[in-house]
Amino acid sequence: MADGPEQIEDLIGLMARLPGLGPRSARRAVLHLIQKRGALMAPLAAAMADVAATARECVRCGNIGNADICALCRDPERATGEICVVETVADLWAMERGRAFSGRYHVLGGALSALDAVGPEDLRIPALVARVADEAVREVILALDATVDGQTTAHYIAEQLAGSGAQVTSLAQGVPVGGELDYLDDGTISAALRARRQF
Amino acid sequence: MEWRDQGVLLAMRGHGESAAIIEVLTRAHGRHAGVVRGGASRRLAPLLQPGNQIAVAWRARLSEHIGTFTVEPLRARAAGVLADRLALAGLSSICALLAFALPEREACPALHDRSAALLDLLPDTADWPARYLRWELALLEETGFGLDLSACAVTGARDDLAYVSPRSGRAVSRGAAGEWAARLLPLPECLLGQGPATGPEVAAGLRTTGYFLTNRLAPSLGDRPLPAARARLFDLLARQG
Repeated sequence: MADGPEQIEDLIGLMARLPGLGPRSARRAVLHLIQKRGALMAPLAAAMADVAATARECVRCGNIGNADICALCRDPERATGEICVVETVADLWAMERGRAFSGRYHVLGGALSALDAVGPEDLRIPALVARVADEAVREVILALDATVDGQTTAHYIAEQLAGSGAQVTSLAQGVPVGGELDYLDDGTISAALRARRQF
Repeated sequence: MEWRDQGVLLAMRGHGESAAIIEVLTRAHGRHAGVVRGGASRRLAPLLQPGNQIAVAWRARLSEHIGTFTVEPLRARAAGVLADRLALAGLSSICALLAFALPEREACPALHDRSAALLDLLPDTADWPARYLRWELALLEETGFGLDLSACAVTGARDDLAYVSPRSGRAVSRGAAGEWAARLLPLPECLLGQGPATGPEVAAGLRTTGYFLTNRLAPSLGDRPLPAARARLFDLLARQG
């Protein structure tokens, strides 16, 4: 039942469509924003309008930035000859949070999926092959999900890059940091055992 | 409504933010879908990969509802094939074809057992591609489009069978084929469970089973294209030396 002016109900309806929010939590969030109108709501509205006007997909890597070429692709210190391939922008941001990789990225926009009828032509795989040829890439790191779809995509990309001269590697699979063997599924344990290394 | 069973997980897709809808080929209840609460969580997502054998308990208020599954892992097969390109393509093709071809909620325990046994052979058993080929024959049989490869359709001979008639799905011997040979489908020995089963031999057999999957089975299901996963397996086997 609506208990606020129409504009507020509209805002609640829009907020409720965001990930992690439902109608009740959206109502709480909107109420909080209204109570912090000057400190939070107005800057938030301005920031959202700014991002809505400027955000765009990088034509080279598929990351989201505010120019045709994103900051990561413009950074000359990242021209290391290494490209890390990820499925989504969220994966790219996760890699950046770890600060473990200093090269450039390529966002595929998803993974091959028989269930969802996603084929190679639906992903940015041809653009990746072109980049490897054009940018003198030495190593392509496949940072794709350890799922059937993710690894099917990885094998497909490796086939497409065969003969390119670039080394194709992938992330290791196994025991996560902080993981206890007793709580791991047997598939992860067997993958970790197969990928064991000299200690 | 409530039942317990076990089966091969065929497909999983997200439902809302934390749940998943899975399709399972169960032994006694056939291909069955259901919601798994928390299915997208870190704990459950690794279990809900295609090819894994899981124990399920299904509950719903009415039988026609989609219902909810609670799942327990039995065998995590997917993790074992992720690094093997060909085996991964095989697992994907098996799951995609079962999801594509089987009607919902009709028990097919023999095909379940055969599928589970085939998946257990991946990735290390050398002749799994030949067994996969004969599994496709079993799938055609289960769906009502079985081939008769026991004797020549023309002469009745049981020797020198080399072709399959695309019209009748029956074997034809080399001698009886004559000038019609070019219009017939290949019948490699591995399709009969004999002889060598190299990649190209299996691929030749898959060309024959693929003809019937595409031109007999698929039209009966609304003329949908065969899953791309099968085409990928075919390509990989055909390229093998």
